[in-house]
Amino acid sequence: MTTLSINGQNHTVDAPPDMPLLWVLRDIVGLTGTKFGCGIAQCGACTVHLDGVAVRSCVLPVAAVGDRKVTTIEAVGDTPAGKKVQEAWRRLDVVQCGYCQSGQVMSAAALLTTVPDPNDSDIDAAMAGNICRCGTYHRIRAAIKQAAKEA
Amino acid sequence: MSQGLIEAGRHAARAGFSRRAFLKFGVTASVAASGGLLIGFSLPAASQDQNKGKSVIGGDGVESPQDGVFAPNAFVQIDKSGKIVLIMPKVEMGQGVYTALPMLIAEELDVPLDSVTIDHAPPNEKLFTDPLLGGQLTGGSTSVRYAWEPLRRAGAAARMMLVAAAAQQWQCDPSSCVAQGGKVMHASGDRSASYADLAEAAAKLPVPQDIKLKDAHNFKIIGTPVRRLDSPEKVDGTAMFGLDVRLPDMLYAAIVNCPVFGGTLASVDDSNAKKIPGVRQVVKFDNGVAVIGDHTWAAKRGAAALRIQWNEGPSAGVSTKQIVDDMANASQRTGAVARKEGDVNDAFSKAKTRVDAVYVQPFLAHATMEPINCTVHVRPDGCDIWLGTQVPTRIRDAGMKATGLPADKIVVHNHLLGGGFGRRLEFDMATQALKIGKALGVPVKVTWSREEDIQHDMYRPCYYDKLSAGLDANGKPVAWTHRIVGSSVLARFAPPAVKDGVDPDAVEVASDLPYDLPNQLVDYVRLEPHDVPTAFWRGVGPTRGTFVVESFIDELAVQAKADPVEYRRALLGKSPRARNVLDVATQAAAWGKQSVPQGQGRGVSVMHAFGSFFSIVADVTVDKDGAVKVNRIVCAVDCGMVVNPNTVEAQVQGGIIFGITAALYSEITIKDGRVEQSNFTDYRMLRIHETPPVEVHIVKSTEAPGGIGEPGTAALAPAITNAIHAATGKRIRQLPVGNQLQSA
Repeated sequence: MTTLSINGQNHTVDAPPDMPLLWVLRDIVGLTGTKFGCGIAQCGACTVHLDGVAVRSCVLPVAAVGDRKVTTIEAVGDTPAGKKVQEAWRRLDVVQCGYCQSGQVMSAAALLTTVPDPNDSDIDAAMAGNICRCGTYHRIRAAIKQAAKEA
Repeated sequence: MSQGLIEAGRHAARAGFSRRAFLKFGVTASVAASGGLLIGFSLPAASQDQNKGKSVIGGDGVESPQDGVFAPNAFVQIDKSGKIVLIMPKVEMGQGVYTALPMLIAEELDVPLDSVTIDHAPPNEKLFTDPLLGGQLTGGSTSVRYAWEPLRRAGAAARMMLVAAAAQQWQCDPSSCVAQGGKVMHASGDRSASYADLAEAAAKLPVPQDIKLKDAHNFKIIGTPVRRLDSPEKVDGTAMFGLDVRLPDMLYAAIVNCPVFGGTLASVDDSNAKKIPGVRQVVKFDNGVAVIGDHTWAAKRGAAALRIQWNEGPSAGVSTKQIVDDMANASQRTGAVARKEGDVNDAFSKAKTRVDAVYVQPFLAHATMEPINCTVHVRPDGCDIWLGTQVPTRIRDAGMKATGLPADKIVVHNHLLGGGFGRRLEFDMATQALKIGKALGVPVKVTWSREEDIQHDMYRPCYYDKLSAGLDANGKPVAWTHRIVGSSVLARFAPPAVKDGVDPDAVEVASDLPYDLPNQLVDYVRLEPHDVPTAFWRGVGPTRGTFVVESFIDELAVQAKADPVEYRRALLGKSPRARNVLDVATQAAAWGKQSVPQGQGRGVSVMHAFGSFFSIVADVTVDKDGAVKVNRIVCAVDCGMVVNPNTVEAQVQGGIIFGITAALYSEITIKDGRVEQSNFTDYRMLRIHETPPVEVHIVKSTEAPGGIGEPGTAALAPAITNAIHAATGKRIRQLPVGNQLQSA
């Protein structure tokens, strides 16, 4: 049994230690906002925060989470950066199919937490790990800049 | 609205209790299962003239209703509470139909957009066939083209009947009443009634014979940049995709498909798999094995622990090289004639110079961000299927076939699609999940790994195009032949669409060029790539056709020592809309007005497809190592009347990014009958830091809407490869660009 702090609540889960956090969240805890995309940390759809830092949950064994606080897309709106990012995403109509956007929002929120006013290089570095097959990159960039302005 | 979308996502096919009653011509009142009183406004099919255009899937007129025959295909309902429901005949996969189609209804019904909610249409070909596609499908960039007239007519008919109901109650002439903002008001200003109050009375009135649509200059919603209605769910994680389905007592399955196309399962040793904690069961089927677990991770680990022997079958030795060699041989054959004008032999004999070229395009995977998945619950007396699909009726049919149950026992719960791009026009994932579900009898979610998704896709076919042109003394093309060799997706997908050996998708664009070519012969040789399955892919036929013809016309311009823009312009006299987008794009890009530095190049393309006109100018840099960087894309779009400019811009930008990925990187190769690529490491996608600025210039037009989801992808590749030629002198005749320039 492993106890995790997820979105401010403790969850005790019966999961093998090597089970990636992604599947714990989706299949055991029932938080399906975090998405499966590639399984090898190449697409960013599974991005969550550990103590505010963006990580790829598809390759993070649940045993490695430890005491760190897990935040997922379902609760990132309760953080100042997450709220601003979600608002900017809505205002600029970023989404298309939407499947990758949980991960995009999580990566952007983590960026704004550490770099409140990111330039294009900062955005490239923070967001290059998140693939969007629909091609929403222009609006992602614009929305991050707009969210930064609201700071 | 938000709730409506979630509802649409969660409950797809509550097969229509009361909706069936609305099949009758016109409008009927009916008591729904919920007890609410509904008015159903059945929609006559779009006038065939309005929607007559290039059919992308299904060919012109396949199974489409006869002119003048009543063929209802969607519904609007207003209940006693004033709730307005659009029964949505299309699925949302990012292209914005959950916003654009409600805009059409809201405009004519004169209600705020946010008062329209959506319910997914159940599988019902009689009601929801898109005449452009010949089925209840979402694809081919047809949704707004299809809905443009019938949905506005539905809204207008409803409005007229609500007005008539008010006039009847007030004993006045309907012309003294106006509808506005969800109410009918008397011109005197002293009486008004809400649509909710009028719905019941309106339902008893006859359908107006003469439905008057708004003039475009009175539009309040259509043409305005409306924000997507599905944004909130998609930014807070509550949007429900097929992969997100959770059911009580549901088990999880991971799959190992036979790695060789056409191969079958010989034997499996599952002893190690069954030792893994959480693994429940192993299910064998004809061409694969499923491991069933308490969660996806147990199932995945179990799948990795299987030891499987395959019967690799006749395609075990097939390679990409063999497939291309086969196509080269087939290109010696005479094909089925798709277009014939004038006398090409005579024209060639009189031509001053001749240009010949061969173009090859690779297999491509769809790589939707949401990997292929399907959840099923098969019982003796019923079957439920949960997934995101572009073809709900075909999924239902797969359920009937797999279970032997009648249609009314199969419930398809359609969800938001985490990307479609043509992959979810197929039903293979349902057929497979049903085999597994039958063996289990309990709900099971089948999720493919990304590796399975890439290696067991149904691919955009590899194509081989052979062209020749004869130029006169001025360099003008006087003879043009184009032989197209490749798989026919339509022959499998919609066989009646293939007529006299010509697959209209295979020859699209190539057989209907905007250019003035007096002598041309375009023919098609069908050749299937052994057992490699082929399917539609974003941009369908025009993506392949436009790359080839827009590259070749560029070759002719080079041969003629002409500016590529001026060369095209001179041939576009009979296609003013194509010439106009070329002018708009090249002016916006300042074509010819700036000197282009060493190592950089600029290329152009023009396309007429999906009922829209596109021109793209690409600026690229090729460095000394042969790496290509796209610096900027300028695109001019004439897609007729624009419903939502916000969506048009997003679709064009996204389509272009999809196209850049394909042009520069994408290739599925076959070795020993297997796909060599496996994940985003070796089937890579354009990422944000590689994405150039994309300027979208929308041309104002009063023409009927054209498609917008695919043309950006279709028109993109030749603009880039023509720019590479301008930069390096190297003509790219095989996609992707890949590392072809490294030795240049």
